[in-house]
Amino acid sequence: MTHILNITGVNKTFGGLHALSDVNLQIEKGETHAIIGPNGAGKSTLLNCCIGRLAPDSGSVTFNGKNMIGMEPHNINHAGMVRVFQTPEIFPELSLLDNVMIPALAKRDGVFKFNPFRSMIFEHKIRDEAMSTLADFSLDQYYDQHAGSISRGDKRRLELAMGLVQHPTLLLLDEPTAGMARHDTNRTIELLKSEKMQSMTKVIIEHDMHVVFSLADRISVLARGHIIATGTPEEIKNSPQVKEAYLGESDNE
Amino acid sequence: MKGLMQNNLAMMVLFSIVVLSAPIWANPIGANYPDLLQKFAIFGIFAIGYNLLFGLTGYLSFGHATFLGVGSYTAVWSFKLLSMNIIPAILLAIIVSGIFALIIGFLSLRRSGIYFSILTLAFAQMAYSLAYSVLTPITNGETGLQLTQQDPRYLDVLAGVVVEDGLPSTNLFGMLMKANGGYSGFYFAALILILSFYISLKIFRSPFGLKLKAIKSNQTRMKYTGFNTKPYLLTAFVISGMYAGLAGGLLASIDPLAGAERMQWTASGEVVLMTILGGSGTLVGPLLGAGVIKYFENIFSALNQAELIEVFSFMPEFLQNILVFICTPFVGEGWHLTLGAIFMLVVIFLPGGIIEGLQRVSGYIRRLVGFDKEQVNKESKEERA
Amino acid sequence: MDAILIQLLNGLDKGAAYSLIALGLTLAFGTLGVVNFAHGALFMLGAFCAVTFQKILTISKRVKDESITFFDAYKDQPYLEIWWGDTGAAIIDYAVPLSILFAIPVMLLIGVALERGLIKHFYKRSHAEQILVTFGLAILIQEVVRHFFGANPIPTPAPDVVSGSAAIGSFLGLSDNLVYPWWRLIYLFFSGVIIFAVFAFLKYTTFGMVVRAGMADRETVGLLGINVQKRFTIVFAIAALVAGLAGVMYAPILPPDYHMGMDFLVLSFVVVVVGGMGSLEGAVAAGFLLGVLQSFASMNEVKAIIPGIDQIIIYLVAVIILLVRPRGLMGREGVFEE
Repeated sequence: MTHILNITGVNKTFGGLHALSDVNLQIEKGETHAIIGPNGAGKSTLLNCCIGRLAPDSGSVTFNGKNMIGMEPHNINHAGMVRVFQTPEIFPELSLLDNVMIPALAKRDGVFKFNPFRSMIFEHKIRDEAMSTLADFSLDQYYDQHAGSISRGDKRRLELAMGLVQHPTLLLLDEPTAGMARHDTNRTIELLKSEKMQSMTKVIIEHDMHVVFSLADRISVLARGHIIATGTPEEIKNSPQVKEAYLGESDNE
Repeated sequence: MKGLMQNNLAMMVLFSIVVLSAPIWANPIGANYPDLLQKFAIFGIFAIGYNLLFGLTGYLSFGHATFLGVGSYTAVWSFKLLSMNIIPAILLAIIVSGIFALIIGFLSLRRSGIYFSILTLAFAQMAYSLAYSVLTPITNGETGLQLTQQDPRYLDVLAGVVVEDGLPSTNLFGMLMKANGGYSGFYFAALILILSFYISLKIFRSPFGLKLKAIKSNQTRMKYTGFNTKPYLLTAFVISGMYAGLAGGLLASIDPLAGAERMQWTASGEVVLMTILGGSGTLVGPLLGAGVIKYFENIFSALNQAELIEVFSFMPEFLQNILVFICTPFVGEGWHLTLGAIFMLVVIFLPGGIIEGLQRVSGYIRRLVGFDKEQVNKESKEERA
Repeated sequence: MDAILIQLLNGLDKGAAYSLIALGLTLAFGTLGVVNFAHGALFMLGAFCAVTFQKILTISKRVKDESITFFDAYKDQPYLEIWWGDTGAAIIDYAVPLSILFAIPVMLLIGVALERGLIKHFYKRSHAEQILVTFGLAILIQEVVRHFFGANPIPTPAPDVVSGSAAIGSFLGLSDNLVYPWWRLIYLFFSGVIIFAVFAFLKYTTFGMVVRAGMADRETVGLLGINVQKRFTIVFAIAALVAGLAGVMYAPILPPDYHMGMDFLVLSFVVVVVGGMGSLEGAVAAGFLLGVLQSFASMNEVKAIIPGIDQIIIYLVAVIILLVRPRGLMGREGVFEE
């Protein structure tokens, strides 16, 4: 097994608060790895450190053998690590189709390409790809609407579509089903398990245990900035440590 | 109609007809002077270019008049040193202002939001102050840069053109700009306007344009989507700077003069106003805005109290007096007051400009007629969503 | 040495004006989150308060000039002089300082009216739109003033007593030739008092504490359930007042004309940015610093080395600061840093 993402000894403090202390995590190629943990455990911080939004105080993040720390977000994207955001980060003024075409264009054009004399009308390949991705999420009937005008659940799915259309090597999903209705959640699970996505390595941060246990190959538990356990869903379910740190706390909520 | 507009060729044909027939349709509204028509075209180009930056990326530059001024100075120098032919003058104007835009844009785009606006403003003020003071050998300070009979005009001399008496005139390979009562100048400017509009249209409808719009919508997201946004913004900035330089070069081609007041920040404010008034981010909006402002400037600044009395003479005397009293501050010297008022009213009530206004009106009419399938479709879709 | 001292004082004078305008700008930006391009116009309105007040005091009646005996001559004599004789004349002489009393209610009223009538509606809109609408407002105010007062600068002299110069040279034990206009010294002192008053107000009153808390963390204050609306209005009115008072006092130094606001506005914005957006101390410090820098740059000795430096020094500093240290001299990390 090869480790596609290697997080070693990552520390991050905010003021006096240890958001992450000495986090080690290896993601294997092709697996779906869920990171769970109570609120404020540092899950989003960890994701932000991987994607270049935050710089860790110490430690290293390597992806496909390349150091990711200090790299610009757009270069990380082109290295093949793509993030799907928790709160929908879309282009509200643009149409749904445009929203998906833009990441597809990024894949083709690279970080910068000056092509003012091509016509979008003739970008058939990109358009077809974007349309079929929209169709995968059954958003294709609204393709010409402003992305800002669709429902919240639809926005989450659009966000997913924007990540998937880039065919990343590693997809980081930050609570992909938060705020979705039950049937939408199930649809999303189906989609993430589908054949198209099977080969893609995925890291999922999730609160919904139903989603976690139906998707994850392995699970890591993050509590107060530490990884306290990593293992298969069965192992995690039966780990007394996890019960105490995570499930115990969630009972109190 | 909408489908027709989507077609580049159809749109360009329509646009060209409208622009080239300007002397005909401008006649009934009393705007058929070559001077004014030229202004429509030139400031239209300026606004179209500004819109490529502000309309597409949302970056509010308060220093674009600098490039207009640089373009004018360059063109006049080209007339002085090279040739009275406007082609080299205009090309040089575009190139030099492009270089200026590259430098200023590179520095200003290190920051965004209001900081960007203030940086561009600071650069513009710097350029303006320098043009007035230290750079007098190049700009001729307050008097402005002018032609003289003794100018070397090396290319013209090589070609054997001799200036007998008086100042030489700008020309296009021998065709004088002021020929045909100035209409030559207008048609030349109009052709350049059509070309400028075509380039703008292509950019709007290209992947490059789409990416610029996306940067305006959510720049952070663009970075995580894999785009380096800086070079995109810089390219847009330089292109719009070159448009401004082109407009400046054209101004000088029609009247070979260049002064520092062309670079003042109120001049930058004017192009912002044109763009917003028409509708920033729309294709034809800025052009409409430029036309409307130059048209009303022409009318309003020429009016005075005596003429106002005449205008309202059909009314009963007391009403006439009231109206004249109200209107007097807004005309003649007071044109800027009108401008400020328009500016505020547009930003407050019609942020989308004239284009948005037209859309609202047409939407209202269509609803009145009860013949709006598209709207019905959309609403039902929204309900489902 | 003398020249340097003079330039220092000149710089501080100019800097005081920048500081006062920048203070109001920062206050409005920090608490209300509004970029006010019309703030320079408020400064100008302050100066025109002095002009207006002077005009009101000198409303005159045409009377026969008794001093000319060999034919009938007429002159305009202010009513105040006719009614109260020398006392009246003295009041007219003190028009500028007295107009402060006139300017306070006027500027507060203008501030409240602007905030309630216009600025309020722009809190939620983009910075670009705020800039645009206040830019339009600035033009509007400026043109209205021009309509009523004309385009030429209007001399607004300081009282006679202080129209001369202070012999600061002999006072400091330096050369006797070193003199400096009294009014400029008074202006400097006055600015110091206003700056001090604003800071004291923000520091020692509950109201001020809320305002400062709001500048540090706007969302939290909103959550505290404090009537933010009302406070915003007051803050804006105070900002207008500070700019207005600066304008009143500056009138004898620079005869007011309708576009003085714009000239100062651009510079004041630069000051705010250099000081650090949202930092009051930064605005004041940067105002004085840039004023002094500009003053020194205009010395012939300096201009001989770098021609034209006096014209661009402020912008140059601003550009460098923004590029090297985006948060400005005293701005806190991460606040309004884009």
